[in-house]
Amino acid sequence: MKSLLKILRDFPAYLWSGWGALASIFLFIAAWEIGNQVYGDLILPSPLETFQTLGALFGDSEFIENLMITLKRAMVGFGVSLVLGTALGLLAGFFVTASIVSRPIVTILMGMPPIAWIVLAMIWFGMGDATVEFTVIVASLPIVFVGALQGTRTLEDKFEEMADIFKVPKMMKFFDIYLPHIFSYVFPAWVAALGMAWKIVVMAELLATSDGLGAALAMARSQLDTATALAIVVAMVGLLMVAEYIFLEPIKREVEKWRD
Amino acid sequence: MARLKVENLSFSFGYETILDDISFEVNEGEVVSIVGPSGGGKTTLLRLCAGLLDRQEGKIENSFETQSIAFQDPRLLPWKNTLDNISFGLKALGVPTKERDARAREIALQFDLEESDLTKFPKELSGGMSQRVSFARALVTKPKLLFLDEPFSALDIGLKRELQDHVMRLIDKKEITIFFITHDIMEAIRLSDKILLLAPDPGHIVKIFEFDKPQAERNDEYVYAETAKILSDREIIETFELELK
Ligand SMILES: Nc1ncnc2c1ncn2[C@@H]1O[C@H](COP(=O)(O)OP(=O)(O)OP(=O)(O)O)[C@@H](O)[C@H]1O
Ligand SMILES: [Mg+2]
Repeated sequence: MKSLLKILRDFPAYLWSGWGALASIFLFIAAWEIGNQVYGDLILPSPLETFQTLGALFGDSEFIENLMITLKRAMVGFGVSLVLGTALGLLAGFFVTASIVSRPIVTILMGMPPIAWIVLAMIWFGMGDATVEFTVIVASLPIVFVGALQGTRTLEDKFEEMADIFKVPKMMKFFDIYLPHIFSYVFPAWVAALGMAWKIVVMAELLATSDGLGAALAMARSQLDTATALAIVVAMVGLLMVAEYIFLEPIKREVEKWRD
Repeated sequence: MARLKVENLSFSFGYETILDDISFEVNEGEVVSIVGPSGGGKTTLLRLCAGLLDRQEGKIENSFETQSIAFQDPRLLPWKNTLDNISFGLKALGVPTKERDARAREIALQFDLEESDLTKFPKELSGGMSQRVSFARALVTKPKLLFLDEPFSALDIGLKRELQDHVMRLIDKKEITIFFITHDIMEAIRLSDKILLLAPDPGHIVKIFEFDKPQAERNDEYVYAETAKILSDREIIETFELELK
């Protein structure tokens, strides 16, 4: 609770520090404009046209519906990864054998290209929600798992010893010694997994479903409607940026303030 | 009367014998220090006495009700600020927040920390400041038996003197018993009733020096004179491999 207030209090200063980021975004848009003038509207619609299309899209109920479907799939997949990945990672971290056994499995999961998973999922689950959600989970769960595992494996004996000398009760040991350390590993992993989930969900939709942002993107491509395709891309990137910079980054700063 | 009694204690890490047949006693109200070369097993002996390592051979009897340690490295929790680090032991005892903050603040200011240092994280503290915070954390719970592992090694002579005086007042009031590792012979002579000389490979006690004069009456002349005496002691010279010129 105290840290939540602190996050809110630091928020204006944090926003102010965003001017640099804003400047670089504008620079990027300027480059985009130049690209438009060189290659023409069909290849690269101008930023203005794209944003106008984007505005129109947000007035279109079909697009909003697609957006919601995609959001739901991403959140289901990410939520499962978050809960399951964290729980399994902690479990594996606390037992040496489990962490040794899980290592190669994680390496395989992480090394497997998501596209291969999509193909397999399409065979197993057909076209629809399950395929997309499954792919999101297999792609983002290992990230969370590894974060939780590392956080637990790197707990330091010297603090454990110190806590024993002061006869620290179990609950307090968990909240004051283990949790802050583990969280500083798990939280960045959550953020990375969210980014992964968002990318994979669109990719899976593009190949495996007839609704959602990915499907809308596929539709725009088949109609050679570059402006709509770009507008969808902008919407996707924009949403991720809002999630990252407005919600996650301030929390991360607060959580990691004590780090060197 | 509470005491810490060690009898014929031996200890090895793997095949390497670290401590060999150690016996000594720390009685309530006493200050006992250990001096000896680096790597000789002092910290290991302290961890055994505090119950942090499992005893292998010999006997350790520790009948003090409460104990705490100022470790050789400060071991401050990096995610807690100075105040919360100092009051950590009090929190474990279930002391209410307000009271433990007040007690932690009081002792911090006594140890020459500034009000503004209280909200700093360990990464923002100097080595000597961290050491004082760690020492404060050990003292603030008012333990009956206090283990100190080179607690003043990173402090300047003024601060060192101040903290030694603080300890001395506690000793004078018979409020505390201290088992103390130090590399500073003068410090050992100022504070201790007994000094154990621990020689390495494997760690064994070569000699015990005893000092009867009450700590409060030990002036600088006394400390200098005793230091000179000890430094010319044959066992000390051999143990520390001092070459006399
Ligand atoms: N956890 C451990 N595992 C294996 N060996 C250890 C461990 N801790 C200490 N040792 C070994 O035990 C010996 C004594 O170490 P110890 O820390 O007790 O020395 P010390 O007298 O406190 O030295 P210093 O004055 O430098 O602090 C050393 O040879 C060290 O390598
Ligand atoms: Mg040591």
